[in-house]
Amino acid sequence: MIEVKNVNKSFSGNQILHDVSIGFKKGEINLIIGASGSGKSVLTKCIVGLHEVDNGSIEYDGRDFTKMNFKERKGIRKEIGMLFQGSALFDSLTVEENIKFPLEMYTKKSQEEIIDRVNFCLQRVNLDNVNHLYPAELSGGMQKRVGIARAIALNPKYLFCDEPNSGLDPQTGIVIDNLIQEITEEYNITTIVVTHDMNSVMETGDHISFIYKGRKWWEGNKHEILKTDNKELCDFVYASRIMQKFRNI
Amino acid sequence: MFYNYLMLSTFHHIGKYFLLLGRVFKKPDNFKLIKKQIISELYSLGIGSLGLIAIISLFMGAVICLQTASNLNNPLLPAYLIGFATRESFILEMAPTVMSLILAGKIGSNIASEIGAMRITEQIDALEIMGVNSASYLIFPKITAAILFIPIIVIYSMVLGALGGFIVSMYSSGFTMEDYIQGLRYDFKVFSIIYALIKTVFFAVAITSIPAYHGYYTRGGALEIGKSSTKSVVYTSIVILIINYVLTQLLLL
Repeated sequence: MIEVKNVNKSFSGNQILHDVSIGFKKGEINLIIGASGSGKSVLTKCIVGLHEVDNGSIEYDGRDFTKMNFKERKGIRKEIGMLFQGSALFDSLTVEENIKFPLEMYTKKSQEEIIDRVNFCLQRVNLDNVNHLYPAELSGGMQKRVGIARAIALNPKYLFCDEPNSGLDPQTGIVIDNLIQEITEEYNITTIVVTHDMNSVMETGDHISFIYKGRKWWEGNKHEILKTDNKELCDFVYASRIMQKFRNI
Repeated sequence: MFYNYLMLSTFHHIGKYFLLLGRVFKKPDNFKLIKKQIISELYSLGIGSLGLIAIISLFMGAVICLQTASNLNNPLLPAYLIGFATRESFILEMAPTVMSLILAGKIGSNIASEIGAMRITEQIDALEIMGVNSASYLIFPKITAAILFIPIIVIYSMVLGALGGFIVSMYSSGFTMEDYIQGLRYDFKVFSIIYALIKTVFFAVAITSIPAYHGYYTRGGALEIGKSSTKSVVYTSIVILIINYVLTQLLLL
């Protein structure tokens, strides 16, 4: 479980996050939703330590990440897997080398064991015969799947996904959503997904936090979100005509 | 007001640059991976520059030889001075300084754009999240490879510069090959080579670390990568010229 407690963050005097407190549960897909510029990406970067918080705390299973030094944080970071919006695969390395990277960096496994793990991770995301391709030779959906394979290579306890289906067609987006859901349940990990895709919200939202102007505005699940009368959340959820029609049914 | 801003900005960047270097020279997470990276950088930074350096050195050697010959028309001056002048200019300035300036353009822009692209495509964030010291992993192998390889490139350039002059002497009517070779051997001091190599090591650090700094702190998109690349070449060239002056003052006088 990850607990964010009273987190504030500002850049050059411009406050982005205002006293945000959220609990992200283990074995569930925790969604952070909100409009562009609402602060959800800043919140995620604070949680993983890419930004320092001004005050407040972030606890990984009771371990306060904000009070740790670089060495102690490194221990937590080995337990984190992250899928980036643009996949962030190392483009000078092949698919196999990308997935091997965290294994070679942090484990003392033999090359044979590492290759076995790479192949296992690739099979887990339903990819075959791509080991020696470079990221530029893959489609967007395949890159995301390699990103997931790299993220799970070290058996993470926490999985972060930043807009996992942005730039993908709806069908591939659903495949990626399902994959994240399966992995979360299979390995019983704490998964945090940042998204503004309503398909993902309705498919996978076990626990949803709505961020509005840097504040946690609403919290609930995919069933509750349809019944909410919170104006700002309704404006966000029912922005498209399809969702408006869906609401009227 | 503008002067104050400029001073503050300069000190801010110098401070940030040295803080980055502090992270670069921290103990690497995995020596085996760093060794692999150094070998790969030796190939991409070093081997990839050999062709360009060969062409430039041969032609510059030839031109220096021709220019010296055309200016040495006094019958009291011995013809071997042509070879001597070509050798001295190449060893003292052309090979270490001019080639480093050329490498600052070639290697420097390459490093700034490579690291800049990694920054804006979140590859550096990915390394950080994995707990990797991204500055050390990305920049340390480049600096090490440059320190190992650029002195070799400079010696290679010295040899090819002298060869360029030799080719000219084969076809010149004003002086002979023997004159040229005598000039190359005349009053040769090993310290000149040592001086050139000492300079080169400092230049190698500048050629890799300054562009790496600009790339590492790139913000924005593709346009900013281009700007970082241009800035890195400009600042590296200025720093090379300053280091050249300081080291010459310290080592030769």
